[in-house]
Amino acid sequence: MSILEVVDLKKHFPIKSGMLRRTTGQVYAVDGVTFAIEEGETMGLVGESGCGKSTTGRVVLRLLPATSGSVVFDGVDVMAGTRAEVQRLRRDMQIVFQDPYASLNPRKKVKHIIAEPLRIHAIGTEAERKRRVLDLLEIVGLTAEHAERYPHEFSGGQRQRIGVARALALNPRLIICDEPVSALDVSIQAQMINLLEDLQKQLKLTYLFIAHDLSVVKHISDRVAVMYLGKIAEIADSSLLYVKPQHPYTEALLSAVPIPDPKTERERRRLILEGDVPSPANPPSGCVFHPRCPRMLNDPCTLSAPPLTVTGDAGEGHQVACFFPTSYGPAAAGPVGS
Amino acid sequence: MAERLLEVSDLTTHFFTYAGIVKAVNGVTFTLDRDETLGIVGESGSGKTVAALSLMRLVPDPPGKIVAGSITLKGRDLLALKPDEMRHVRGNDIAMIFQDPMTSLNPVFKVGNQIAEVICLHQGKSKREAWAMATELLTKVGIPDPEQRIDQYPFEYSGGMRQRAMIAMAISCNPDILIADEPTTALDVTIQAQIMDVIREMQAQYHSGVIMITHDLGVVAQMAQKVMVMYGGRTIEYGPVDEVYYDPHQPYTWGLLGSLPMLHETIKHRLTPIKGQPPNLLLLPDGCPFSGRCPYELPECAGAFPQLEVVGTDHGVHCWIPRDERERIRASLPRFKAAAV
Repeated sequence: MSILEVVDLKKHFPIKSGMLRRTTGQVYAVDGVTFAIEEGETMGLVGESGCGKSTTGRVVLRLLPATSGSVVFDGVDVMAGTRAEVQRLRRDMQIVFQDPYASLNPRKKVKHIIAEPLRIHAIGTEAERKRRVLDLLEIVGLTAEHAERYPHEFSGGQRQRIGVARALALNPRLIICDEPVSALDVSIQAQMINLLEDLQKQLKLTYLFIAHDLSVVKHISDRVAVMYLGKIAEIADSSLLYVKPQHPYTEALLSAVPIPDPKTERERRRLILEGDVPSPANPPSGCVFHPRCPRMLNDPCTLSAPPLTVTGDAGEGHQVACFFPTSYGPAAAGPVGS
Repeated sequence: MAERLLEVSDLTTHFFTYAGIVKAVNGVTFTLDRDETLGIVGESGSGKTVAALSLMRLVPDPPGKIVAGSITLKGRDLLALKPDEMRHVRGNDIAMIFQDPMTSLNPVFKVGNQIAEVICLHQGKSKREAWAMATELLTKVGIPDPEQRIDQYPFEYSGGMRQRAMIAMAISCNPDILIADEPTTALDVTIQAQIMDVIREMQAQYHSGVIMITHDLGVVAQMAQKVMVMYGGRTIEYGPVDEVYYDPHQPYTWGLLGSLPMLHETIKHRLTPIKGQPPNLLLLPDGCPFSGRCPYELPECAGAFPQLEVVGTDHGVHCWIPRDERERIRASLPRFKAAAV
């Protein structure tokens, strides 16, 4: 059974203007997102800035109220619960934030930061919490002496480890990682990715891994969902996504990522999209990708939004939201002759 | 033989701060030919941006100072030029595209004015002529409706369009050398692909030499013919892109390549990250800046920086580990195992 089921999730932010702060429009940040995560797997959520991937993460945790749709965690409706019920659920669902500089309170020592979730949920005695903090520091590759320090004494990579230790404090089952490595240099980024992979194995965690870097997402995830302008364009097994992308946006996104291998780069066919991502306050009609899509036809692309449907071999779990998905053959964006 | 545009030798730029001397760039040597793209890669704090600013002589002084080395542009010694002569070189001979197009355009002037100003200053054109040329440039870099766009302010542009406007400004005087300092770091990948395309087109048209500064080894693989790997203000390895990617000799280069997830590979390798943290530029060791983090460190590594060792055509490396030993270690690393066979 899926540990997390998200069905037709929507989050619209009102645009208020004028002296009376009347609502004059909506930002359609998340506009009908459906996916499920199995226990123990890593689901990647990838897309460009403003596509709604972080908002999705926050709404799933109910850090933001949803406009409509449902989120079911382990059989419990996250959207319907009272405050106390949601707080109880958060023992099992935690988040690691993107910015390791803004997500740690600069006035608290590390031991306070990591013990905070334990205190809020009234778990253990003071001495037990202290022991737990030291254990957690060790798990994320820091040492006991770090407990007495303040966040400013740490580098970006170390701070992100503190953020992970805090998320692990309550022994959660699902962790939402919101761009946990984007602020880090490549060598530190690799340390962090390996740590997250090790923790998953050790503690049997489930991840929703949100990032804009497709290579990182593909590396760490079992399945990847590609988002564009508040909607999911494609969900595929991470090993299939590069080889058999179905949605033209996925193809363009894949071909836009520079690969650190000169020979592959020279042989690649590049697919360059024109124009910019439209504003989510005024999304295009029909398929939101149609103004930039190389395969667009006026009918049906501008008239109705394509639903997310299963494609390819049954059992591969490949889903795409496109009227004209790539025929299930060799990848157009892949290296020629391989 | 291609025309040699730039020769930089032993460039050393230090910052004299209250906390001590920050050795941002420490004896960097490289060359750039016409039609060639050189990639400078390194992590934050490796000195790549300061190296580029030194070429333009734009290092803020005080606290920064170019304390040693020479920069020769088509036979002229740039470090010997007077400030007003240097001002003529900037824009005309060397132009730069900065990382953040939001802060490098002036928000209170129209984009057209900012591009036309460069043309008026360097080519002595009238305002009207310059404005017409600016419109043409915006067309060239692919801005739609250039006649209307030229009359707008930077805030009315998207991030990708601002970077296009920056490129238009940089190429307005047909410079020999174009320095792009992380031109796409602030942009999404699909926009990055557009901008890289524009830079390639402009280079083909104007036959410039391009210096591409980036932390992204993928961008270098895509754009450059030569690459210089920097760490702690030093050049650690230098050479043709294929040699450095497929036959790297420095443990830091191995570490960088081993840290990268590969989008195109079907088999998943575990990443092999570099242990520890990048060095503090105030407390650099006398020897190799990578000592202390390098897993194959020898006793001599911390003592002195190794001399350049030539390991291939135009391929140099700074490392104390003997060559046969290096090749043996590399063959044992997961990332290079397949390549060694």
